[in-house]
Amino acid sequence: MRNLPPLTPKLLVGLTIVGAFVLWGIVGPFVVADPSGIDNIGLSAPSADHLLGTTQTGQDVLAQFAHATRGSLIIGLVVGVLTLLLSAFFGVVGAYVGGWVDEGFSLFSNVMLVIPGLPLVIIISSYVTDKSVWLVAGVLAITSWAGSARVLRGFTLSVRSRDYVLAARVAGERPWRVLLVEILPNLVPLLASQAVFGIIFAILGEAGLSFLGLGATGSFTWGTMLYYAQNSLALMRGAWWWFIPPGLSIALFGAALALINFSIDEIINPRLRDHTRAVTKRWQVTGPSSGTAVEGAAPAEKEATA
Amino acid sequence: MRFVLQKLGFYAVALWAAVTLDFLIPRLMPGNPVDQLVSKLAQKGQVTPETRRAIELLLGADLDQPLWQQYLGFWGQIARGDLGRSVAYFPASVSDMIGQTLPWTLGLIGLSTIISFLLGVGLGTFAGWKRGSWVDNLIPSLTMLQSVPYFWLALILLYVFGLILGVSPLNGGYDPWNTFPGWNWAFIQSVIYYGTLPAITIVVSSVGGWMLGMRNMMVSTLSEDYILTAEAKGIHPRRIMRAYAARNAVLPSVAGFAISLGFVVAGSIVAEVVFSYPGIGNMLLQAVNSNDYALMQGIFLVITLSVLGANLLVDLLYGVIDPRTRARS
Repeated sequence: MRNLPPLTPKLLVGLTIVGAFVLWGIVGPFVVADPSGIDNIGLSAPSADHLLGTTQTGQDVLAQFAHATRGSLIIGLVVGVLTLLLSAFFGVVGAYVGGWVDEGFSLFSNVMLVIPGLPLVIIISSYVTDKSVWLVAGVLAITSWAGSARVLRGFTLSVRSRDYVLAARVAGERPWRVLLVEILPNLVPLLASQAVFGIIFAILGEAGLSFLGLGATGSFTWGTMLYYAQNSLALMRGAWWWFIPPGLSIALFGAALALINFSIDEIINPRLRDHTRAVTKRWQVTGPSSGTAVEGAAPAEKEATA
Repeated sequence: MRFVLQKLGFYAVALWAAVTLDFLIPRLMPGNPVDQLVSKLAQKGQVTPETRRAIELLLGADLDQPLWQQYLGFWGQIARGDLGRSVAYFPASVSDMIGQTLPWTLGLIGLSTIISFLLGVGLGTFAGWKRGSWVDNLIPSLTMLQSVPYFWLALILLYVFGLILGVSPLNGGYDPWNTFPGWNWAFIQSVIYYGTLPAITIVVSSVGGWMLGMRNMMVSTLSEDYILTAEAKGIHPRRIMRAYAARNAVLPSVAGFAISLGFVVAGSIVAEVVFSYPGIGNMLLQAVNSNDYALMQGIFLVITLSVLGANLLVDLLYGVIDPRTRARS
């Protein structure tokens, strides 16, 4: 794959953190104690028995954290995939087919974009008393695909009118083949970055929803952990071991995904790479004030034409 | 003119979609509001068919009418500004409740969004202009702040500033004991004092996004040929930055501002809940918790209307500042 991002420190850090969380989400629940098992020791600080302390009812925070990690990652993944499918369908297919279909799809996604999402999610989830994780994921996906559909549409329109796509059509390739084989590979970095955004959005959205007490019933996620911690005034009572880990995890995981996205962005928009004004000035022979030289600028410029 | 008409047409469609959603959600959802209220009441005593009928009428869920007639009636109600009565705050009408809370939200959320936008765009301009400077190096940490859940950050700041340092009030929008709402100095002072921390948390958690977007556009714009030409002409660097680069680079941010308004409202709900701010988002949650469906419908409608209105305004403004959008349409 020529388009694979170079393994910069940014990307490495991002991948490592994401990998660690995914591993913890998969393995964690098997090695910890029962997350719901109550104990009469009450709210207690971290100790050898309970590495992250216990909640108000003596539940092991580490055990809850392991299950919550799994829960949040599943929500992120499901919503990420659903958003990707929806936005690819309405963005890419619409722009490729063109005409009335494009007008309709574009109008639909623009309308979805301006209708505020969270109030809609709150209202939908208030009507359903017994919410499953899938319902929450579905609702989050329905309210979040429109933005990336718009981005994808814009990019597809520009790819569609390139000469090689015309050539493929003239050569008699079938429409679905042009779409899947000629156009889609060019969209892969953009799709990846939109999917990563979708995951961040989903995890944050679910956390917000759970914090408001409208999350999935009886599930463990970072959001529900924070909801229960806040409801028992964990922070006011100094129980940082209960309140800090879930929030910090969301932040870290989101930041790691953002780091990955930075690297993908640099493929989509090569100008963001090393093509700085300092570099431009360095090309001029009489530029003694150019300051520190940036290595690797020249190859970046070559790739920019790709 | 054609551009304006097109925009107006689009927002008319969006408005229609929002109102229809608002109408359909209660009727398509499995839980029937009337049943839920009746079962709540039934826990306290017997519910006669007359009471049930009264609740149906109260909620406007007259199930004898066909759906299209209800739909037309719903539009008529909206046109008259009659959004029904609130159950949780009976006998206050929904429009009164919204009228009470909306100014708070507009003041807090509107102001902090504008501050965040201006600050972010300003810092982003500078970061893109001087890549590698300390402002530019701030960006990764500020974007990290964006992935911090807003309510988590706000609660920690509230804990630090409100409880440990004691420099900020813990909840509410003003001091209800020593001041009286109205146009008096004591009240305004108290509103500012109570609103500062919520506003700061909103700005801190959202400024990174504006900054990153602006910085990236600055970087792209600075590699355009006309910048080089301007430099060659010997124009003062500051003028190049402001009049040549920043003015062109800010356009996507302005367009993004319109889209972000929807998210702003969303964030406001959480912000108001954390700070127990007397705004419309807090009321939405209270309406949800007390199954006050008329109030929920009303609030959703008002939130949507204000987001659509603000969007329309930004879109029209965008047509003024970027002539290309007018030419294209």
